[in-house]
Amino acid sequence: MISAHLPILQVVVPLIAAPLGLLFRRTPNLAWLLTLVISWLTLAISVALLAQVLTGGPISYELGSWAPPWGIEYRIDILSAFVLLIVSGVGALVILYARQSVEAEIPGDRIYLFYTMYLLALAGLLGIVTTGDAFNLFVFLEISSLSSYVLIALGAERRALTAAFRYLVLGTIGATFYVIGVGLMYQMTGTLNIADLAARLPDVVQTRTMLVAIGFLTVGIGLKLGLFPVHVWLPNAYTYAPSVVTAFLAATATKVAVYVLLRMYYTVFQGHLFAPLPVDEILFVLGILAMLAMSAVAIFQTNAKRLLAYSSVAQIGYMILGISLVTVTGLTAGVLHLFNHALMKAALFLALGCVFLRIRSAKVDDMAGLGKAMPWTMAAFVLGGFSLIGVPLTVGFISKWYLILAALEKDWWWLAAIILISSLLAVIYIWRVVEVAYFRARPAEAPPVTEAPLFMLVPMWALVLANIYFGIDTDLTVGTAARAAQFLMGVGS
Amino acid sequence: MNVLGLFNYWIVVILMMAGFYVVIAQENMIKKLVGLNVFQVAVFVFYISMSKIDGATAPILGDEFEVYANPLPHVLILTAIVVGVATTALGLALIVRIRDAYDTVEDDEIQRIEETEA
Repeated sequence: MISAHLPILQVVVPLIAAPLGLLFRRTPNLAWLLTLVISWLTLAISVALLAQVLTGGPISYELGSWAPPWGIEYRIDILSAFVLLIVSGVGALVILYARQSVEAEIPGDRIYLFYTMYLLALAGLLGIVTTGDAFNLFVFLEISSLSSYVLIALGAERRALTAAFRYLVLGTIGATFYVIGVGLMYQMTGTLNIADLAARLPDVVQTRTMLVAIGFLTVGIGLKLGLFPVHVWLPNAYTYAPSVVTAFLAATATKVAVYVLLRMYYTVFQGHLFAPLPVDEILFVLGILAMLAMSAVAIFQTNAKRLLAYSSVAQIGYMILGISLVTVTGLTAGVLHLFNHALMKAALFLALGCVFLRIRSAKVDDMAGLGKAMPWTMAAFVLGGFSLIGVPLTVGFISKWYLILAALEKDWWWLAAIILISSLLAVIYIWRVVEVAYFRARPAEAPPVTEAPLFMLVPMWALVLANIYFGIDTDLTVGTAARAAQFLMGVGS
Repeated sequence: MNVLGLFNYWIVVILMMAGFYVVIAQENMIKKLVGLNVFQVAVFVFYISMSKIDGATAPILGDEFEVYANPLPHVLILTAIVVGVATTALGLALIVRIRDAYDTVEDDEIQRIEETEA
C-alpha cells in the first residue's frame, strides 16, 4: 500500500527529482515543470499525512524495516504534519510563481541549477520535519542549508555572494553546535532516536553534560532560526537573494528551525530543561527584544526587502515569546504564528518579487506611484501588511490574539502592552511603503510600468486570500495548533 | 579533578576554541574556512574518542573477544565528514566568485567596499 509509505515518499520524491533537474540545462522551462509537479506532489502527500494524523494519531515509519531505536524512525505527529503542510504549501505556490521571476533575475544558463537546488532545499526541510532521529535531522539540516547558500548566491548583485558566504560560516557553526549537543545527549543515553531520548533523558537532565548539551542546542538552533541577537546573517541573505528564494526561505527555513527548537525542548526534554537552566527566561527576554528592537530597525530601512527581513526577525520574536511562556496557550500562539507568519511573509515577498520584475529595484523610494501602475500587486502588499500588523479578519490578528491571551493568562498586562506596541511599530514600517506607493506620483521621466503577469499574480493572491480565509475560519489552524500544543505539553491529545 | 584521564576532552576543547577563534578573528575568508574546518574536526574527535574503551576491539563476533568499542559514533562521523567536505567545497567556490567580483578575499576590505556602495 502506497499510503503506508507516505512519510518516506515525502522526502525521497524531491530528493530523487533534484538531480533530474540537471538534465534540463538548455530547456529551463522543463526544469520548472518538473519542479512544479514534484512540489505539488509533496503538497498532496502532506495533506494526506495531515488527514491520517488527524484521524489516526501519530505515524511511525521504520526506514528499511529496521525497528527503532536501532533503525532510523520517521515519525509524524500532529505538529510535524502541520509544519509539513505549510512548508510544502508555500513551496508549491512559490514555484508556480517562480518561472517568470527567475527568468528575469537569474542568468539563463544557471536557471536549471536554481530548480535543482530548490528541490534539494525542499527535500531537506521536509526531511527535518519528518525524521524521528536526532542525527538524521542534522543531515537534513545540512542538505537544506547547503542548498540555500547556493540559492542565495544566485542573486544578481555581487553582495549576494558575500551574504551567502557569511551565512555559510554562521550556519555551519550553528549546525556544528547542534551536533555537539546531540553528541552529548548520545553520550548520556546511548540513543539518537527522539522518542527513545525522551524516555531516557529525564533521569539525567540534571547532570552537567546535559546542561552543556542544552546550551549548545539552543545556540545552534538559535543561529539557524534567526534568533535575536544571532540573526546577523539574515537581513543581507534575504535582501540580496533572488526574490523567489527570499519568499521561499523566509516562509519555510526559519519556521523549520523553530520546529526543531520545539521538538528539542518539548519532545526530547519534555520541558524538564527549564528547571535546571533558565532557558525559558532567556528566550523570553530575547523574544521581547527582537519584537521591539528589530521592528524599530525595520522602520529605518530604505530597501523594502531588507525592511521585511528585519520584520521577520521581529516576528520570530513573537514565536519565541509564545514558546518561552511554557503554557498551552503560549505554545498554541507560537505554533499558530509559525504557520500564519509563513503565509503573510510569503505573500509580502512575492509582492516585492512582482515589483522587482517591473521596476528592477526593491528600494522603497523607487516604488512611488506603483499603487496606480500595479494595482493588484500593491493591493496584495497592503493586505499582507495588514496581516503582518494584525488587523482583524487576517491571520496576523488570530496569532496575536492568542499570544495576548497567553500573556493575560499569566496576568501580565505589561506583556500584552508590549505586543501591541510592537504591532504599532509594524504599522509604521508597512505604512512607509504604502505611502510611497499610493500617495506619491510616479516621476515623469520614469518608464511606464505595467501590472505583473497573471502567472505571478495568481499564486500571490492565493496566499493573500489564505491570509484572510484562515483569519476568518480558524478551525483548521487554531484547532491543529492547539492540539499540537497540548500534545507537546503532554496534556490530553 | 582527573585532568589527565580526560585528556581527549581537553584536546577537543582546545581545537574547538582555536578553530572558532580563527573564524572570528581572521579577516581572510580562506583562513576563516580553515578555522571552520578545525572547529568541525574538534567535534569529530569528540565523537570518535567517546566510543573508545580501553582494551576493547572493533565489534567482531568471536570467542576471544569480549569488550567491543561502539562503532556507531564512527559511522556518524563518516557522515559528518562528508557534510564537512561539501561545506568546504561550497565555501571555496563562493570565495572564488567573491574574488572575481571584488578582487579581494579580505572580509574587512569587502565590508569597506560595500559600505561605500550603499
